[in-house]
Amino acid sequence: MPGLVPGIHALIDNKQDVDGRDKPGHDGDQSKLRTGPILDRRIAADLRQWQGARVLELIFTSTLNGVLFGMLLFLMASGLTVIFSMLGVLNFAHASFYMLGAFFGYQVSRWIGFWPALVIAPLAARVLGAGVERYGLRNVHRNGHVAELLFTFGLAFVIEETVQMIWGKAPVDYRVPQLLDFPAFSVFSTNYPAYKVFMLAVAVAIFAALLIGIKRTRIGMIVQAALTHPHMVGHLGHNVGRIFMLVFGLGTALAAVAGVIAGPALVTQSNMAALLGPILFVVVVVGGLGSLPGAFIASLLIGLLQTFAVAINVSLASLFGPLAAGHGPSLLTDVWNVSVAQIAPVLPYLLLVLILIFRPMGLLGTRET
Amino acid sequence: MSSTPFALAAAPSRRRDALQFYGAWLAVIAVMLILPRAFSSGGALTTFSLMGISVIFALSYNILLGQTGMLSFGHAVYYGLGGFLAVHAMNAIGAAKWPVPLPVVPLIGGLAGLVFALILGWVSTRRSGTAFAMISLGVAELVASSALILRSFFGGEAGVTANRTKLFKLFGLSFGPQIQIYYLVAAWTLIALIAMYALTRTPFGRMCNAVRDNPERVQFVGYDPHIVRYIAFAFAGLFAGIAGALSAINFEIANSAYLGTQQSGVALFAAYIGGIGVFIGPVIGAILVTYLSLVLSDLSSVWQLYFGLIFIAVVAFAPGGIAGLLLRHRPLLRAGQMWPVLRAYVVAAPPTAVMLAGLVLGIEIVVRHTVGTSDDPVMHLFGYSLDTGSPLSWAIAALLTLVGFTLARLTWKHVARAFDDAMTVARAKGYLA
Repeated sequence: MPGLVPGIHALIDNKQDVDGRDKPGHDGDQSKLRTGPILDRRIAADLRQWQGARVLELIFTSTLNGVLFGMLLFLMASGLTVIFSMLGVLNFAHASFYMLGAFFGYQVSRWIGFWPALVIAPLAARVLGAGVERYGLRNVHRNGHVAELLFTFGLAFVIEETVQMIWGKAPVDYRVPQLLDFPAFSVFSTNYPAYKVFMLAVAVAIFAALLIGIKRTRIGMIVQAALTHPHMVGHLGHNVGRIFMLVFGLGTALAAVAGVIAGPALVTQSNMAALLGPILFVVVVVGGLGSLPGAFIASLLIGLLQTFAVAINVSLASLFGPLAAGHGPSLLTDVWNVSVAQIAPVLPYLLLVLILIFRPMGLLGTRET
Repeated sequence: MSSTPFALAAAPSRRRDALQFYGAWLAVIAVMLILPRAFSSGGALTTFSLMGISVIFALSYNILLGQTGMLSFGHAVYYGLGGFLAVHAMNAIGAAKWPVPLPVVPLIGGLAGLVFALILGWVSTRRSGTAFAMISLGVAELVASSALILRSFFGGEAGVTANRTKLFKLFGLSFGPQIQIYYLVAAWTLIALIAMYALTRTPFGRMCNAVRDNPERVQFVGYDPHIVRYIAFAFAGLFAGIAGALSAINFEIANSAYLGTQQSGVALFAAYIGGIGVFIGPVIGAILVTYLSLVLSDLSSVWQLYFGLIFIAVVAFAPGGIAGLLLRHRPLLRAGQMWPVLRAYVVAAPPTAVMLAGLVLGIEIVVRHTVGTSDDPVMHLFGYSLDTGSPLSWAIAALLTLVGFTLARLTWKHVARAFDDAMTVARAKGYLA
């Protein structure tokens, strides 16, 4: 999944053995230096220190990137979870609104700049999302949940095709705003871009706002009530239809915010929804369907998992040495030579299957369906 | 799916019904035999072969969605694995010179689909509904991503090729020419059709319907819904594997696209557009979708967009699909009440056509204005030419859509009223829907 995990490019140049294989005979290279024993020891100590710094740096940047990616995931997963809990429909097109956010953000920032785009693009997505709920989902609702799910599936398909139609299949040139185009700080030898710090700040700010909004405001209370007792909320006389529209619009707007801020750091392309959508569902299932804290934990977990996996260039071959020379290409050599970084895209789905086997309702979920 | 009950053909109790029942199957065989004679070009034969494969795949998908109520987004996993196993089997058989003829290879693919469905299905079928849908998607992504890692088996991006003519020749059939492949696909389609139809008539088939409609009650009766779903999943995997193997034989290649979500989407589209509530529905859908994808891809560069829009329209306006739509008219036809409804349709058709024309025009203008800037900006339609750059053509598209929409809404309300009235009369006469 190229471009999905932010900041992996910064880590790729750490690789010492590029193809992940231990080259026989390379370990003995230092002995050819023919230095004295004292100097030899000093080099070895330097090397150890340097490697230690490398590992520390790797852990630090990966954690930072993982948290960042996790927060971005949560921006989307929170909307998806709330929409699922209230409407009972899993919005297949949720990642498509993330993509629309990125493309709207790109277009608006080309016209009038990045900062207005940060506001306008989510608002546009919100209007669109509310429209989808009001004129699409609400009409399909009478045909049952499967029809609703399929409606959003079709919508995701149509949005992807429309984006391809308007902006093409190639990535668009969506750049980091100049104001933030500088390294914020440097860790050991790597510069950490200011834009990523900004992304993290925005994600955390929205997370805090969401938390306060849900815990403290009246509408938040109603949303919370609707998570567990959706019918009761209707019986109490709230305009459930309007709340649904509002929540759907807000959820899509959150996804769009994620799109606007992630667009310049990742690749803004018409397949970004298809790449991220399944991971989003993994987050929601792993966290437990309908559980916001669960979605938060799962988002961070998957964010960290993927970022760390991408940074680790270890394979079975590098741990236990290459297979005997007689082996031709077979399933065994495939498995033996694949590095952790290469299986990073598979990891979320493996986690999903494991969770389903050992804890089918998800980490913090209480509901079976 | 409780709104679209699975319509089972009445048991052929009387002689007339029996005649109708067997007549229908004989007609299917007759059509299969006549088609290659009526349209003998290579392109047509390939199209028919693709349709047959698509029919098996869509029907196997409907064992899940239509009969057992499991919405899967990863059915192509079993289709693809069937295809890959078939390709590897063809290569192995060809190399070792085993006396296994090509017509048996789809069975190998089917067994592959069955085995993998048995392995992966146990976890997936533990839950139904939305959770199952997401799990199927996750499993599909897992397999599709693994396929790119396990290069020696899946051949990476390029895929694995095979030569279907190098196998043991039974009755001197080489299976080189497309006509022989057509008959192979037709025979397997017929076998799969009969087998899957028979499956719906077994007690197990009825249990599937029960699990779809009310799993709790199934538990009270003493069945485990998980087991029923699991067995249905295995059957679906079996037939999907057969379809995948046939596809691999047809193209002599299997690649990772076979396993992808796009392919799963094709099965879903075909089954749903045709109608998941009736056995014949996915057959209609598969034929239509295959035909449309061939025709539309020639006509427009954004044919997939039209595809998605058609799908959304079916989900929103005809949840029973084409077959469900047709079936709704049966009581009217029997009660002799078709005329007022037909008249209403005729009135509604022109404004609807105008609206659709406006939409299509709008889409095509946008296409030529954005992506296809290298294309000719002037559109040629029915002898008229339209400059897509001029605001006039944009205005025409908007006007057609708006006027068509306004009028169509009125006329369709009229259609609904006419339908209701006719239905009331039909009910009074004792013909129930």
